[in-house]
Amino acid sequence: MKDSERRLGYAAAFTAGLLDPARPPPDMVSGPGGKASVRRYAVYRNNVTVSLIDALAASFPATRRITGPDFFRAVARSHIRETPPTSPLLFEYGRDFPDFIERYEYAQAMPWLADVARVERAWLDAYHAADAEPLASALLASIPPERLADTVFMPHPATFVVRSRYPAVTIFAANRSGGPVGRIEAAGPEDALVTRPGLDVFVRHLPPGGAVFVSHLISAKPLGAAAAAAFAESAEFDLSANIAGMLNAGAFTAAQPGERA
Amino acid sequence: MNELAIHPASRTSKPSRFPAYSVAGLAGTSFKHEHLQAITASGENGFFEVHAENYMGAGGPPHAALARIRRDHPVSLHGVCMSIGGPRPLDQAHLGRFKALVDRYEPALVSEHLAWSTHETTYYNDLLPLPYTPATVSRVADHIEEMQEAIGRPILLENPSTYVLFPESTMSETDFIRELVRLTGCGLLLDVNNVFVSATNHGYCARDYLADFPLDHVGEIHLAGHAEQADDEGDLLLIDSHDGPVADAVWKLFDIVIGQCGPIPTLVEWDSDIPDWPVLKAEAAAAQKILDRHASGDMPGRPYAAC
Repeated sequence: MKDSERRLGYAAAFTAGLLDPARPPPDMVSGPGGKASVRRYAVYRNNVTVSLIDALAASFPATRRITGPDFFRAVARSHIRETPPTSPLLFEYGRDFPDFIERYEYAQAMPWLADVARVERAWLDAYHAADAEPLASALLASIPPERLADTVFMPHPATFVVRSRYPAVTIFAANRSGGPVGRIEAAGPEDALVTRPGLDVFVRHLPPGGAVFVSHLISAKPLGAAAAAAFAESAEFDLSANIAGMLNAGAFTAAQPGERA
Repeated sequence: MNELAIHPASRTSKPSRFPAYSVAGLAGTSFKHEHLQAITASGENGFFEVHAENYMGAGGPPHAALARIRRDHPVSLHGVCMSIGGPRPLDQAHLGRFKALVDRYEPALVSEHLAWSTHETTYYNDLLPLPYTPATVSRVADHIEEMQEAIGRPILLENPSTYVLFPESTMSETDFIRELVRLTGCGLLLDVNNVFVSATNHGYCARDYLADFPLDHVGEIHLAGHAEQADDEGDLLLIDSHDGPVADAVWKLFDIVIGQCGPIPTLVEWDSDIPDWPVLKAEAAAAQKILDRHASGDMPGRPYAAC
């Protein structure tokens, strides 16, 4: 190895033990006057892990409230060691955290926990998403009825759908509020629609067929096809209520009528 | 000496989105969103510093809050993770995001750390140390020049708090920093708490460090609280924790520096266990008092007494 390369090899040597407490401090560092470096290096090791646990705690506050701080610290630490961040933007970190929770051995008794974390991840994405004016109801009303079925919608950058087999929206809402969390009576599956039409993020419980409907529209399927898919999913699907709901939530920014047949 | 660092708006002809406030002689604080209402309600006249990375999302409340603050105050944009002190090339996407923020908010001050936080693909979210050698000074200078080129203005480089030394270092930290200033024309952000923390941790005299520091190039000062631990030998090891009030010893060092240099924009950092606004405001007021006391220039600079 050339001397200049050796002199620039400090980052590889220094990081080797940052996320691995079993490793000794790197040979290349010491305290002053030959003092030991174990506790000194541990300051960096502690800063890295604790700050990343804190970052996950800030992004997943309801998840942490449900598990309690000690359990959360343990699951977060395991996740950080397996999947440390790759971006300096910490609000982007934790995208894989819900999947990690889902397979985390000690979280198996809380099968809904991963979905609550997914709602929180979508909440944070909506919070930081680009600003945009939501579609006004009047604009949609101006589209001739015979062209509605072919109308395609432009999703708002802050719009996300999270599907859950559990009452994830109810559990999320109860644990994000400031008040005490009582017994949660909801039991059935709940799909979430996350939007941010202005500065406030909203999380709504989608009615039957609603998640399929909005997801189809987000992926630029025309209204008619989205409605058909939603009806196929649930006979209870209410088209006019769902259109009103998505407009009210500010889930889309524009509507483009299809070509005349 | 600090013209370029403090008056960036005059360097470009594009129309400004915000007023070109000066930070000269002002104290300020970290900007925390929970304080926004109290700050706007009470008509503060200091400046505010933000960590650049927290405003690198596309939109939403963070940008609304920063735009609100920037409308009425000078803002300092403080980068935490450019990894200027790392051996690897700078992250071009990150550099682009940083430039976009400089363009968008026209900050009065722009700074980064003499440290690194990313290696290979992992971001460690801490300010990690580097050896001080001719090889590293050359690499770090290249990084500073690249950043300054990208954003179109000089940066202020902050001295670090460190907990370990690299025996391979052949330069003192002050010589290293002086050489970076010479090579790149960058300014300096003197973190007085970091000086005190590192001096304590490595057994040297903070006043000797300051006597050897290129103070003529300092465009901003940081003050912050630290925490106490012990090293392997049971001696005091200070941690740059930003979670409490500024220590008395740090206030004394600050007073000495300002007595010698005159008023320099000074920021009180407080990043965790964040108090209510009046507590943070009182820390900034204490700094402002020292700045004002030395503003007239009739206070003779005190020599650096021996430790």
